[in-house]
Amino acid sequence: MFDLKKVKKDFPIFDRLINGKRIVYLDSTASTLKPRKVISALNDYYTRYSVNIFRGLYTLSEEATAEYEKARQKIARFIGCGNPKEVIFVRNATEGVNLVAQAWGEINIGKGEEIVSTVMEHHANIVPWQELVKKKGAVLKFVDFDNEGYLDLNDLEKKINRKTKLFAVTYMSNVLGTINPVSRIIKTVRRINPQAKILIDAAQAVPHLKVDVDNLGCDFLVFSGHKMLGPTGIGVVWGKYELLDGMFPYQFGGDMIKEVYLDKTVYKEPPHKFEAGTPHIAGAIGLGAAVDYLFELGMDNVRLHEIKLTEYGLRSLKGIDGLTVYGPQKAQERGGVLAFNLKKVHPHDAAQVLNEDNVCIRSGHHCAMPVHTKLHIPASCRASLYIYNTEEDIDQLVLSLQKAVKIFT
Amino acid sequence: MDNFYRDNILDHYKNPRNFGRLKKPDVSYSEENVTCGDKIGMEVKFRIQNSEFKIIEDVRFWGEGCAVSMASSSLLTQKVKGMDVLKVKNLGKEDILKLLGIELTPTRLKCALLPLEVLQKALQGK
Ligand SMILES: Cc1ncc(COP(=O)(O)O)c(C=O)c1O
Repeated sequence: MFDLKKVKKDFPIFDRLINGKRIVYLDSTASTLKPRKVISALNDYYTRYSVNIFRGLYTLSEEATAEYEKARQKIARFIGCGNPKEVIFVRNATEGVNLVAQAWGEINIGKGEEIVSTVMEHHANIVPWQELVKKKGAVLKFVDFDNEGYLDLNDLEKKINRKTKLFAVTYMSNVLGTINPVSRIIKTVRRINPQAKILIDAAQAVPHLKVDVDNLGCDFLVFSGHKMLGPTGIGVVWGKYELLDGMFPYQFGGDMIKEVYLDKTVYKEPPHKFEAGTPHIAGAIGLGAAVDYLFELGMDNVRLHEIKLTEYGLRSLKGIDGLTVYGPQKAQERGGVLAFNLKKVHPHDAAQVLNEDNVCIRSGHHCAMPVHTKLHIPASCRASLYIYNTEEDIDQLVLSLQKAVKIFT
Repeated sequence: MDNFYRDNILDHYKNPRNFGRLKKPDVSYSEENVTCGDKIGMEVKFRIQNSEFKIIEDVRFWGEGCAVSMASSSLLTQKVKGMDVLKVKNLGKEDILKLLGIELTPTRLKCALLPLEVLQKALQGK
């Protein structure tokens, strides 16, 4: 395990007090805080070699290009990918899904064919598919989840068939916290339809679990840098090389071309074929530094810490009168995402009272309206945990929630 | 912020005035603030005073939401009862803030203003 006190010191934001009180940050599912290492990497790029890549043969540009590509290699290694050309930089997980929907979906989805997703997805893994099937006259289906928040694997077997072209599923739910048994799910899909492609939304997985794409057996995997200690504006699509190679470019212009004539253009190979225009160079380098930081902590340790803290959180929250926590109740089978409701307090009011103690939680539907519809609730509170959170943070959460309950009863 | 949930707001939240439905409303409208899941409906009955004035004779609201949106609905319905429709159409953010008597961040402002939006949409074309 890692030293929690030391980890906390790596995050300069914790030096800040608001109204004289410390910050209790419980919204890492939305965005994580940034360690000094990442901030320095960004600063270093902007102060020492803040130039464009692939364009100059001067030292500074060579340095920037090397660092950008080095970040790609680090990220590839981090997700268990042997070929860095399979790592495409995008803005975030959302853009990742859109890239696949356009660059792969445009040429591979036809009338009457089927895309399958699940009811527990973030909107990012629903809306791009809705638009694609609308355009193509294809069909979109959803695998349900059960009352405990587990994906319904029987329903999966019913929804996947010979017409399925793509199955898009989250690795970990950003509301229920459910960690889906993706290896098993992938095997099931392959058994029913070996041709179907599988996209994993790993926005909540790569930051919290050891992910190994070469062993997982999916075709695409997307995630966001800002949810794993990295900067905003940088995310990743990982895809199998043969697939990427056969795909249409995503956007067109500079940096993605090999040769341009006035009447035709030859595109580069992946990943550059999908990275038109000047990318978020600093962002990629910053994400590389984030990956270094997580690697040093060890993803097994990250997971252990979160299991322990999630157990503590589940136990503590249950002590509050009228509080319901959604999703699996076993910490081993879920991430540190604790969505809950209080009987007498609307999520907005709870979040507002908590804000008085600098306890930062999310309230609303967390970009997963279908999850809330299925649970028959308009909204929920969500406290989420990461490497810098402690039992004291949870104790403060409980205290502040009790304060909210008192105000409203 | 510390005094955010003043007694006034809590009182209107816990004991909302004009909560429920009208038997035969002249107009009704409802809307959801999807980002937080608040849902508010407004029903209005008019009294035609003369060719110039149309008065809100009765008004009810229904739905569910946070303390801010509920208290704002309750206070608003109290205020507009007996008011001329044209005047209600001209109410704005400042009027609602005055009713609530608190300062609001942009996120919470949406909760506070939803009732007025719903009411004004109900009155559209009237
Ligand atoms: C499971 C999941 N998928 C996708 C996203 C979208 O991430 P981003 O907003 O960075 O594109 C999120 C983030 O909220 C998420 O939790």
